[in-house]
Amino acid sequence: MSFWTDPILVANEWLTGLLTDLLPEAWATLIGTIIGVVVVSSFGLILVIFLIWLERKVAARFQDRIGPNRAGPYGLLQTIADIVKLLTKEDSIPEKADKLTFNLAPIVSMIAVLLIWAVIPFAPGWIGTDLNVGVLYIAAVGSFGILSILMAGWASNNKYALLGAFRAVAQLISYEVPMLLTLLVPVLLARSMGMMHMVEVQSTWFIVLAPVAGVIFLVSSIAEVGRTPFDLIEAESEIVAGYHTEYTGMKFGLFFAAEFLHAFTVGVLFAILYLGGWRGPGAEQYPILGVIYLMAKASIGYFIVMWVRSTLPRIRIDHMLDLNWKVLTPISLALLIATAVLDKLFAETALRVPTLLAGNLVVLALSWLLLRGMSRKARRERQVFKKRPEARAV
Amino acid sequence: MPLSWYLVLAALLFCIGLYGVLARKNAVAILMGVELMLNAVNINLVAFWRYFTPDLIAAHAFVVIVFAIAAAEVAVGLALIISIYRRRKTVAADEINLMKW
Amino acid sequence: MTAMQGVFLFAAGLILWAAFMMVTRQNLVHAAFYLIMALFGVAVIFVLLDAGFLAVVQVLVYIGAISIIMIFAVMLTRGDVIEEAPVNKNYGWALLLAALFAFGLIILIGQWPAVASLAGEIDTSRDLAAELGVALVSPEGFVIPFEVASVLLLAALVGSLLVARPQKKGK
Repeated sequence: MSFWTDPILVANEWLTGLLTDLLPEAWATLIGTIIGVVVVSSFGLILVIFLIWLERKVAARFQDRIGPNRAGPYGLLQTIADIVKLLTKEDSIPEKADKLTFNLAPIVSMIAVLLIWAVIPFAPGWIGTDLNVGVLYIAAVGSFGILSILMAGWASNNKYALLGAFRAVAQLISYEVPMLLTLLVPVLLARSMGMMHMVEVQSTWFIVLAPVAGVIFLVSSIAEVGRTPFDLIEAESEIVAGYHTEYTGMKFGLFFAAEFLHAFTVGVLFAILYLGGWRGPGAEQYPILGVIYLMAKASIGYFIVMWVRSTLPRIRIDHMLDLNWKVLTPISLALLIATAVLDKLFAETALRVPTLLAGNLVVLALSWLLLRGMSRKARRERQVFKKRPEARAV
Repeated sequence: MPLSWYLVLAALLFCIGLYGVLARKNAVAILMGVELMLNAVNINLVAFWRYFTPDLIAAHAFVVIVFAIAAAEVAVGLALIISIYRRRKTVAADEINLMKW
Repeated sequence: MTAMQGVFLFAAGLILWAAFMMVTRQNLVHAAFYLIMALFGVAVIFVLLDAGFLAVVQVLVYIGAISIIMIFAVMLTRGDVIEEAPVNKNYGWALLLAALFAFGLIILIGQWPAVASLAGEIDTSRDLAAELGVALVSPEGFVIPFEVASVLLLAALVGSLLVARPQKKGK
């Protein structure tokens, strides 16, 4: 295996060889693992610097502006300048804050996102650790993100921060339900929870087999990240800046960076679960191509997230909860059942792809009709209330 | 590593949880103590599975059902506590004495 | 001492310390954070016992759901976040009983000869999650406990909604 086909493997073999020559076996494994962790997490952290620039550029284009263009070519160094600015800012801690929790919260929020990258399959053989419960692991580490928000909101000793944290947790816990249900659809299709296996079986991308589930996954993931239109978490006109009101300097920077990395991670997960991950022509021979394919596919999801962010206004809080519990959760439950039954019936036949697709569309059509009926009924009721306002007081 | 390590850990955890349940005043803290006791039981179940019956899956099924029970218990318990708080503005377990005689 | 024993001692120390802090803190939100620490330590113990699936479910269910609801409940019943005295008047008896329990349990553990047994090899290629999944729905396995648990969860869901729902006005 030459360097050009699989550089990581070659580098890994070279490094293990070097370490086992110098150190006893156990220590070599430990240090090798630590190096692996550092490499994967610094990849994420360096990516963030680029992502913030990219997002500002793209958002600027959507708004007919140019965006950052002073520091470096195309403003590429703008984020570095911002980081320097954040690092030199005064680091203020509210007097009555719970110091330890306050300082811990931004770190936990970053860790929660970085932990996901441990199970991301970049290319054949390139994966931090191929857990057999990878999908469940993603859901589990997501809970640390919720925890960090609660910690930040509570420790700040500020009512806006606490209100923001309450809103955030209500939103994140609610949207976890459809997100987990639509995570289960690819698990059903792949018959495994391992991330690597998930990519390997996608000879037809799962977005073809379960398009509606893919869309619901993306929508609920946007809500999980807390981006527009689901940015009630930090609705500045209502609750200042939500749970990170009291944070300054690099601690705020960590929350900020975690949000951007999380948004891109959503794109990566969408690519792996629904767009075939690293699959593409030549990816098996040249794993480096797999990384490029994965990043390209992840950019699709990320671009949709940015697009939605620049297009839609903020959703109202009761609409946010209604959308989740009355629309997304029932549809994803129906999809899960339909997928399970259809995939079992037509498992090995040529009919598998068309029936699953048809099943998705039927579920979508039924829920569309149901929603239409509901909205008509709501409109009729509104008209009744308009004529007789006292009828509303029930 | 002998089995006794896990058993001692579980025993101590169980007793700390027991102390929490018996001694704490706040009803939420009492529920937290119950969680510790359930976790001690889970450690024991998994340790016995690993040391004596690694070929069976029964322990895993038991632990999963304990998880379900814990979730149900917390949901109902906290709902009761919040409901009591609404009416009586307290969650101290020794002040909730309506059904005492 | 092997690496595994080191990890075990670290995790056990973390669990016991966090559990102790949890039952002694006045500030209930701190107590909840210590509870999370202890539960995370239990997940580490599960990993040491080769039960990776249970470790992940432990984090998902306990830290992701139960602890968050606990913190929520603490915050919703505010005013009592920092208690005057964290313990009731019977705490002496509680301490005595817990100490006796611990003492008795450790003596019992010490008298049982099988505690010195070591863990056998386990086939790490087994997919325990898949085995568990089959066991939970097969009639020879645990389908009835599984169904009972799901009915229980449904009952808990409906019951807690009913109990915690604000009373209607004029009632």
